[in-house]
Amino acid sequence: MQTFIIFKYAFMDYFRSRRFFILLLITVIIGAILTGVIGYFRPQSVLSSPLSFYSIWWGGTISFIVILSAVFFGGDAISGEFQNKTGYFLIGNPIRRSSIYIGKWVAALVASLIMIGMFFAITAGNAIFYFGYSAIPYQFLESLAFVLLYLVTAMGITFFFSSLFKTNSMSILVTVILFLFVFSIVQTLVANLAGVEPWFIVTYGASIYSNVLQSTYPAHIAAQNSARIDPRAFNSTLYYATIPEGITIMIVYFVFSTIGGLLLFERKELT
Amino acid sequence: MPDFSIEAVNLTKKYGNFTALSDLNLKLEGTKCVGFLGPNGAGKTTTLKIFTDMVRATSGRALINGLDSHKDKKTALSSCGALIEVPEIYPSLTPREALTMIAEIRGVPASERKSSITKVLEKVKMAEWMGKKVGKFSKGMKQRINIAAALIGDPHVLLLDEPTSGLDPRGMSEVREIIKDLKSESRLIFMSSHILSEVSEICDEVAMIDHGRLLAYGKINDIVSKFSGKDESVIEITVTKDLSTVTLNRIRALDGVSSIRALGPRRIDIKLVGGPSKQEKLLEKLVEMKIGLIVFRPAASALEETYLNMFKESV
Repeated sequence: MQTFIIFKYAFMDYFRSRRFFILLLITVIIGAILTGVIGYFRPQSVLSSPLSFYSIWWGGTISFIVILSAVFFGGDAISGEFQNKTGYFLIGNPIRRSSIYIGKWVAALVASLIMIGMFFAITAGNAIFYFGYSAIPYQFLESLAFVLLYLVTAMGITFFFSSLFKTNSMSILVTVILFLFVFSIVQTLVANLAGVEPWFIVTYGASIYSNVLQSTYPAHIAAQNSARIDPRAFNSTLYYATIPEGITIMIVYFVFSTIGGLLLFERKELT
Repeated sequence: MPDFSIEAVNLTKKYGNFTALSDLNLKLEGTKCVGFLGPNGAGKTTTLKIFTDMVRATSGRALINGLDSHKDKKTALSSCGALIEVPEIYPSLTPREALTMIAEIRGVPASERKSSITKVLEKVKMAEWMGKKVGKFSKGMKQRINIAAALIGDPHVLLLDEPTSGLDPRGMSEVREIIKDLKSESRLIFMSSHILSEVSEICDEVAMIDHGRLLAYGKINDIVSKFSGKDESVIEITVTKDLSTVTLNRIRALDGVSSIRALGPRRIDIKLVGGPSKQEKLLEKLVEMKIGLIVFRPAASALEETYLNMFKESV
């Protein structure tokens, strides 16, 4: 019950905030640019089939919107209670901290779902325009389900960092750097240099949302590059997480980051 | 007398090597207002934060009406309103929404929420702002809303950490009146403040703390007598008629009065030698003199002198 109270007012706060409209605007602008570019150039690689359309349009963009949503709504959700002193208004009341954490988490998730929903609508609208009403294949809905799981996971990780740090800038910065640079760099290095499947990287697991949009679900591909120079160093494998692997990786990240974030928030002091 | 209580039992808080609170034992009971005094860093806010579960005690317990405010937070704080530091409210909410959120959290029945919110907003003179967004309010206006939030659900125990902080002189005076009002409504109020005149004016008792240790707790007069180093206290009186020279001489001649100091035509400080029994007799005599006595209280200057004596070596 108290979780719902916090959700209601935190969502109200998000919904009326400038950041909500900025992110909505960014989502609409991305959709508008894609609509304009593809409508004008009509590239064959995109419009050859509904799956290739979704693969490029949805698969190539949605992760950016997921990460932005997680950062916009979750980046300062907990650290802000300390830095902005809103915690002093809430925590001194007869309410469990876990209710505050979960309520805010759900509010941030719902606000993010609106962004995902908006981009989904723009994508589906364009697909119907190009391919007709039968242009929503089950793979797209599967991809949407994995995107939602990725959003849940990304929000869990963002809330963890928001609980870990006391300042908004630090929690936002760490989350952005991690999702936009660190995960992908580590994933590339581990796969290409060490030849190890990066099963411990959340973005690797999350990539199943774009994998399902391929006409055939991709398997690991061993590639031999520039063998003339040094055959050992340049043998590499392109790794693709299977659907069960991807789901497991995301769930594990979500569970651990959420438990960690909750424990940190429970122990954090308003000093 | 209702059974309200706030109790610190061997309360200790350490931040690394720094001890903010050291084995604090303090029990406040009944319906009264207790001032919490001490220099900066003495441990006042830390104590209040432990009582509201904002900070965890390293050891010891903080009890509100006998319930541990950490282990049994929901029940312990259900009868306690708190204002710690200067809280911020989600900026896009209106006072009505912010207070409804607190009312819902505190379990105020839906049928009573609206009237309860209107009542507390009227009390802090913010009723006309109830529909405007908090983000546009001044610090003083926000603090009034914070005070209103502490009063939602009509709590029996109030913990106030420098409640007049951030207010202009008029606001400070209004908040003092609000606290006096609350005191008359049978509550136990524990209030930290740096403003000794405020404590003298509002509180019945004081607890003095330094370096995390309780130095003294008791009625203001007793503390002043005990720590001034002399068996002397200063009483401030206010009367309804101007005090003539004859009346002043009659007061000066009363038993135990060592000197008087005029603060205005109707206000004087009386320096009195002797303990509470002498004060009681002085009050009787002043009433008998029919001078229109309306205020009889320890003078702020006496508490200030005691405070400075006690904390002169504090950093």
